[in-house]
Formats: sequence, structure tokens, C-alpha cells
Amino acid sequence: MVSKKISEVFFNPFSKNNPVIVQVLGICSVLAVTAKLEPAIVMGISVTAVLAFANVIISLIRNTIPTNIRIIVQLVVVAALVIIVDQVLKAYNYEVSKALSVFIGLIITNCILMGRLEAFALSNGPWDSFLDGVGNGLGYAIILVIVGFFRELLGSGTLFGFQVIPQAFYDLGYQNNGLMILPPMALITVACIIWVHRSRNKDLQEK
Amino acid sequence: MEELNLFIRSIFIDNMIFAYFLGMCSFLAVSKNVKTALGLGVAVTFMLVVSLPINYMLNTYVLQPGALAWLGEDFANVDLSFLALIMFIAVIASMTQLVEMAVEKFSPSLYASLGIFLPLIAVNCAILGASLFMQQKDFGSALTATVYGAGSGIGWLIAIVGIAAIREKLAYSNVPKPLRGIGITFILTGLMGIAFMSFLGIKL
Repeated sequence: MVSKKISEVFFNPFSKNNPVIVQVLGICSVLAVTAKLEPAIVMGISVTAVLAFANVIISLIRNTIPTNIRIIVQLVVVAALVIIVDQVLKAYNYEVSKALSVFIGLIITNCILMGRLEAFALSNGPWDSFLDGVGNGLGYAIILVIVGFFRELLGSGTLFGFQVIPQAFYDLGYQNNGLMILPPMALITVACIIWVHRSRNKDLQEK
Repeated sequence: MEELNLFIRSIFIDNMIFAYFLGMCSFLAVSKNVKTALGLGVAVTFMLVVSLPINYMLNTYVLQPGALAWLGEDFANVDLSFLALIMFIAVIASMTQLVEMAVEKFSPSLYASLGIFLPLIAVNCAILGASLFMQQKDFGSALTATVYGAGSGIGWLIAIVGIAAIREKLAYSNVPKPLRGIGITFILTGLMGIAFMSFLGIKL
């Protein structure tokens, strides 16, 4: 049996307490890597992995970190994990690593990490922290995938690089919406997701 | 001349917010009024101007493949570039501490209104991002790197002050309930981004 608290820790970040659209953390990468679906998924997995392990490590040493220097300690732990992810990606998937360019390095400064480490890992045990990390990472990945899906589908008519919109449509005069590929449309796509999400969850609306 | 071109480019065309979305978290959270936004913008610009040349030196003389050649023959083949992330973030974090102390001493009111976001400049992606772009772009000298830092910082400043001014006016308009607050800010940023794209192709 999974206790209620654990399932809350794990499932809350998916919708009610989503790190991206409710807590508004880690926006930079959501917007920047989602022009295509594949980098979006790789980014989602990388962040989930880093977040889960950083949470566990910080949670294990939480009683020995002096409060004054905790930010530096957290940064060092996160930076070490990100370097590992960066090197692994370079070794096994160079194409995507090139496409993500600096944004893998920028996982270090992804606010989701600092936010979860400060708010959760510093005051909870390793197992809870691990679940919290995976939950929040997946909550982040879901938004990434949704944004990436719409931007690639409408922007280039493909998914994972495969043609999805049939040629017949183009013959009838359908055109790819080139604007979807450009950075500003990422913001507007996220705004639409927030709109839909908040009209379903009225308690999240701001005054 | 080349520096001037880079300066203008990094303010308007390669704008940190509108082209790369770096530093969005504090951009969204601290843009509720112009005064605080201006304060944070200045702090970020200052951080960029200070940290970029240091990171440039670090990159050129310590981290790049073969950068340690000045230590002697034995070190000529050492490649420490995988350490770049951790070195850059260490420089930035310690610089932030410095700025924090300075702001606390000289402007306590600004210190109070920036609150949690001052220490969080250390994890502001715009600053680490600029260092990583600097590494990628292979600038010729520390001066160029500084100019790039100043340009990026001023671009960020313009963006955050602009959005703060719009949000102040927005208080009087009737926005659909689910979009209030963060949603409409996203849309506004998107529209500003499209406006900024009209600078594309400017060359000096």
C-alpha cells in the first residue's frame, strides 16, 4: 500500500501543483527547447534525472549542511550531476546535444531545481525526496511535451521529424505556420495551456 | 566598430529574454512595478559586466583545450573544458554575494524590495547563459566579452522595465479570469518578442 502522503508528493506536481504552469518555475527551457518534440523529450528526461538524484543527495546530507552556504552546496551537487548528463548526451546522442546547445548546462540554473531542493529536500527523507523529484520532473516534462507537440505539428507538420500532415493537405493549399517555430509563439502556447488549466481549476485563478 | 555592432546586436536582436528566454523566472516574478524591475535589471547588468570578463579569462587561460600551455610543456595537452559549468557557476555565485553585500549597504530599501531575488541572481539563467554563449562564440578578447555582457544586461533591463510598465497599466483592464496574472504576462512577453523581431537584420 502506498500511503496518502506519498501519492500526494508524487502526483500533485502533475496538475494541481505543476512546477511550470502553477509555480512558474523553470520557464526558460520550456520555451527554448520546444520547437521540436525530440529535444523537448530529451530535456524532460534530463531534468527529471538531475532533479531526482539532486533531491536524494541533498536530502541525505541535509543535516550536515551549514545554512549559510547551502546555496553553494546545492549548486555544486547540481552542477556535478549536470556535467554527467551533459557528457552522457554528448557521447550517445550528439545531434540532440547540439540542438540543445547551452540549455543542458542551464539545467543548473533551472529554478525548479533550486525550488525543490530548498522547499522539499532540505526537510524530508531521501525516499520522499526521490519521489518528489521524479514527480516534479515528470510534471515539467509533460508541459514540455505538450508545447513541443503543438509547435512541431503546426510549425513544420512533422512529429519526431516524420511527416504527419499528409501531402494532400498541402496540395489543397494548407501551409505550415512558420510563426510557431519562432520563440515568441512558445510563450503564447504556454499562455494557452495556463488558460485552459486555470479555467478548469478555478481555485488557481488570480484576483 | 565590431564591438559596437556586437553591443547593439546583443541588446536588440539576440535579446536574452525575447530570443533565448533566459532569466524568465525573475523576469516574471519581479516585474510587478517599474521601480523594483529597474533595480533588478541594474543588478543583473552589473553582474554580467563583472562575471563575463572573469569567466572569459578562466576559459582562455585554464579551461580550454591546451589553455594551460603557459604552465609548461607537460600541461599543453590538458583539456579541462568539462569543468566549465562548475567553474562558471562558482564565479557567479561568489560575485552575487559581493553585489548582495553592496546593495544591502548602499540601498537598504532596494534590498528589501528585491527580497529573495537578490541571492537568486546566482541562479538567474541569463548570467550563466551569457557565460556559456561567450564560450560558444569564441570572442577575441576580454573587452569583447565585457561588451557582450553589458549589451545582454541592458537588453534584459529594457525587457523587464518594459513589461513592468505594461503590467502596471494592466491593473486597470478587464482580463479574462483564468488569464489574470501570469497568463497575460506570457502573452504580453510573446507580443513584445514579436515586436523585437522587427530589429532582425539591423547591421552596423
